Amino acid sequence: MRNALKRIWALIERDMRRFRASPALMVVSMVLPLVQLVVLGYAFGGKIKNMEVGVVDRDHRVPAVQLREMCSAVAANAKTFETISYSDQRTALQDLRNGRINAVLNIPPEFSRKVLAGQNPNIALIEDNTDQFSSSAVTESLTEMLSTYNAKKIALRRTGTVSLSVVEVYPYVPYIQFLLPGTIVLAIFVSAMIGGGIIYIDDKARGLHEGYLVTPLTKFDLIMGFNLAGAIKAMLSGLVLVTIGSLIAGIPDPLNLLRLGRMLILVVFTALALISMMFLIMVRVNDPLVPRAIFGVLNTVLFFPSGAVYPINAFPPWMKAIAVVDPFTYAVHGFKSLVLKNTGLAAIGGDLLFLGTFALLAMGAATLLFRRTL
Amino acid sequence: MDVEVDNLTKCFGDFCAVDHLSFTVNHGELFGLLGPNGAGKSTLIRILTTLMPPTSGQARIIGHDVVRSANEVRQAIGVIPQAMTSDLDLTAQENMAIFAKLYCIPREQRKRTITELLEAVDLVQWANKPVKMFSGGMRRRLEIARGLVHEPKIFFLDEPTTGLDPVSRVSVWEMLSRLKKERDLTIIVTTHYMDEADRLCDRVAIVDHGKLVALDSPLKLKASIPGQNVIEVSFATVPEGWTSVLEGLPDVAEVKAEDRVFRIASHNGPRTTGALIDEARQAEVAIASLSVQSTTLDDVFVHYTGRQLRDTLQAPANSESPFMMRRER
Repeated sequence: MRNALKRIWALIERDMRRFRASPALMVVSMVLPLVQLVVLGYAFGGKIKNMEVGVVDRDHRVPAVQLREMCSAVAANAKTFETISYSDQRTALQDLRNGRINAVLNIPPEFSRKVLAGQNPNIALIEDNTDQFSSSAVTESLTEMLSTYNAKKIALRRTGTVSLSVVEVYPYVPYIQFLLPGTIVLAIFVSAMIGGGIIYIDDKARGLHEGYLVTPLTKFDLIMGFNLAGAIKAMLSGLVLVTIGSLIAGIPDPLNLLRLGRMLILVVFTALALISMMFLIMVRVNDPLVPRAIFGVLNTVLFFPSGAVYPINAFPPWMKAIAVVDPFTYAVHGFKSLVLKNTGLAAIGGDLLFLGTFALLAMGAATLLFRRTL
Repeated sequence: MDVEVDNLTKCFGDFCAVDHLSFTVNHGELFGLLGPNGAGKSTLIRILTTLMPPTSGQARIIGHDVVRSANEVRQAIGVIPQAMTSDLDLTAQENMAIFAKLYCIPREQRKRTITELLEAVDLVQWANKPVKMFSGGMRRRLEIARGLVHEPKIFFLDEPTTGLDPVSRVSVWEMLSRLKKERDLTIIVTTHYMDEADRLCDRVAIVDHGKLVALDSPLKLKASIPGQNVIEVSFATVPEGWTSVLEGLPDVAEVKAEDRVFRIASHNGPRTTGALIDEARQAEVAIASLSVQSTTLDDVFVHYTGRQLRDTLQAPANSESPFMMRRER
């Protein structure tokens, strides 16, 4: 047993020395996920502002002027959109089609008369719905504005009003913080993919493993050595994301030692689960193109169904089924609990149990499938 | 006997890369395995080094069966595969140390052995340089040192000088001869370079189509083929019945013709050459070129394996899975 540990450690040491000698590899596996966190976090996280809405006022009387003034108020305060006045609808629609403006608000000629007569007139909002995010934001903003406009006119029969007070358990979570747990898991996966996939198969193809197979290393020594070496590198990536990622994303009290300690435990379990999975997938592969070819697909199949970017409850049943067996799901859930809710280990006990069991089963299967001969 | 090969066979489907091979290698021998590309040399080495199970037959290394006692065999052998397998990012010393650790060699012994071996292969001054800065010859010397780090009894080298320049080749062979004596090694080596095998191997086995076609010392192998000299002559024109005329020259043992080039094996080169020139002059056949050489291992090799090119498919090292890349044997 002592000799087995020495041999396993020799394999780990070799990998660590190679890792140290390849700064480019360290950059790829640690810094790129951080870049992704920042870019994705800010790309999806902000409120949509400064859109341009063309206003075609074909009425020009007081109620219509009031409506235009309210639009100007939105432009001055919330800044969701700015208004551009058009004298005719045709030019406005042409600009909409040419992408110069995001929507056209059409106030019809009889608008004011109908308002004053209490006939509930319509105003038309013509949107560029090729961009659902922008059109939804314009619709939402104008709907809110019209509610205010209408409130002044509606006489309430009830003397009291009912309002909903929302109490949020946690402080406001910007999208970049919501994305951080998934990004930590993704960084660990990228390291596992490089260490357990690409480098492992490249070494095999270059004949490096032939050098090991003629030594007294057992199948277990080899699988454990490769797994642990890969897991250590994946852990380093995970730890960089946990600390620096938390600072970048603005997680409150990011260097809380107790939370970092809990996250370290989850990083270890996640790294072991993902590297074991990679070895299981690659154990019979010899062609260096295979890990490169499946990298993107595997990333998509594992990352997106995990709930890292969108809630699992919104998925169709087949995608929910993937989420149930996907180690990403449990890792992401665990990191969400620790990063966003600052829970204790009890809250992620189920996640740790799944990841630990998954790692053991994958490592056992990889050992069984591993060939000690060429 | 350090190596015993008994009726060993390795087939990949219908194709037998090693076909009922039997031979032994004595302790302390430098044993050469020669053969054309695809002859089965590398497959044989892979079976003997536990990298590939045989289809049938047996092989024993120092009495240990290569299948049943693979671990004992691995402990007793050092192997230098055909491909350069040292880690480019690591230093020479680190490469050696990692392999020593894989064999669980204690720290003090490890340090001592690594220093001794790096001295033996003239790499001490480069011990702490990354291997990616090494030339091909330096890498090969490092791998030889690495293969000896656990003090094996038998050392297998698969084409150790392929791809090296002539100076590096000479240094590798000299090193092997010296290490064999100093460390009481038995060495089994495959090579394409006949001159090296001729000079350095105690015995040579020629393998072709997976079968053993000749086995003896280089000297005896050279004596086993017809003639002591080879006259290679080409003529401007070749008259009808010219081969019979050449066979009738004094001391001729054998005549092989290829178009207008003739290889004449003779027991007395100068005498046959003189007669050949006279005969050509009388028959008014112009000699385009002529050379007389002593028989070499090249001649032995060609005699036993023939001269045709061997464009054959290689047997896969791995099997069934569609994911698997086929490797060259």
